[in-house]
Amino acid sequence: MYAFDFVKPTDLKSALAALEDPEALPLSGGQTLIPTLKQRLASPSCLVSLTAIPELQGVCQSAEGLSIGAATTHAELSRAAAAAYPALARLAGQIGDPAVRNRGTIGGSLANNDPSACYPSAALASGAVMVTPRREIAAEDYFQGMFTTALEEGEILTMLRFPIPTRAAYIKFAQPASRFALVGVFVADFEGDVRVAVTGAGAEGVFRWAEAEAALAEGFDPQALTPLAPPEQEMIADLHASADYRAHLVGVMTRRAVLAAITG
Amino acid sequence: MPEVTIHVNGQSHTAEIEARTLLSTFLREDLRLTGTHIGCDTSQCGACAVHVDGVLVKSCAVLAMDVDGAAVTTIEGIAAPDGTLSPVQQAFKDHHGLQCGFCTPGMIMAATALLAETAKPSEAQVRHYLEGNLCRCTGYHNIVKAILAASGQAV
Repeated sequence: MYAFDFVKPTDLKSALAALEDPEALPLSGGQTLIPTLKQRLASPSCLVSLTAIPELQGVCQSAEGLSIGAATTHAELSRAAAAAYPALARLAGQIGDPAVRNRGTIGGSLANNDPSACYPSAALASGAVMVTPRREIAAEDYFQGMFTTALEEGEILTMLRFPIPTRAAYIKFAQPASRFALVGVFVADFEGDVRVAVTGAGAEGVFRWAEAEAALAEGFDPQALTPLAPPEQEMIADLHASADYRAHLVGVMTRRAVLAAITG
Repeated sequence: MPEVTIHVNGQSHTAEIEARTLLSTFLREDLRLTGTHIGCDTSQCGACAVHVDGVLVKSCAVLAMDVDGAAVTTIEGIAAPDGTLSPVQQAFKDHHGLQCGFCTPGMIMAATALLAETAKPSEAQVRHYLEGNLCRCTGYHNIVKAILAASGQAV
């Protein structure tokens, strides 16, 4: 790692002031950023730790859904959302491994927007709202391609608001070494308005699979999806899986997710 | 250089360190607690696992500065002060839960965290919990057996 300074503010205002330095980077759980720094792929002047700021922590439920502090860890979310939004809690409980879940945060994952991360599919399928100190951003406008989001220089996520669907499920085909999603599909049914979001597969990052949504709106049944698959030209191809295999997996994972949403 | 104070295995340590010092580096090089192993340094193998305020973490993916003031337990703090092995350590010994022993500190730390959360885990729960701990001798069978035995279950 290159050398950097480190600060750990205990209030949001101080954190934002520290992040006005264009060379500073926010540090949440660090489960992606620290390995990135080790590879010398980033050389910040200063890391601003966001994990000691009370307003970025915790999960609470309201009529609008779940409000999740951006620095809430995967482990904490998997416990706190278990009753209110079990599909989201289960997704959080399957990320990485227990040690990673104890450090990694939902805000860190959504800010990084790794094309194989789990949370982006949940945010897009749920129609989540990303809250920053400057504005609120709808999931549709937030994800802008691999590792790219609508966040501006110095802007951080403070809270995520997740509407809670009537039924939902997330199924991933885990890449065996990294536990990232080789393909992951989040299906959310808002009383007949069905949203299907796919991670790990799209060359442009997380995407909504409109064709599957239309078929499921007609009838929420795995059979409704046979023999659909997204166009393979739009899929990622790498050493872990070819584009046609990923396209095939999207179909399979979506059918499994629909079945899991029905059976609960 | 900034100063950090970390309570390790019940003892308080204050040191001036570079901000980029990893917790694993602090433990091994500043405190000479070399039971915490560096297997991959890419936060995949789990040999560097320790507890921070009772929670399992990979110390190669945490900055020492970020746990300033915290209580850290390493493998050296697991046995009783008189050297009596913890139930997990004893079970690893009894059931041959190690071959070369390199992954063992991380396995013990993970198993201890698991049993604190789930007193009587199923075999599937044990295997799921160990997803972040690699044993390149592939000795998982006896590791799982040892953890089940440590939880008081018949194996």
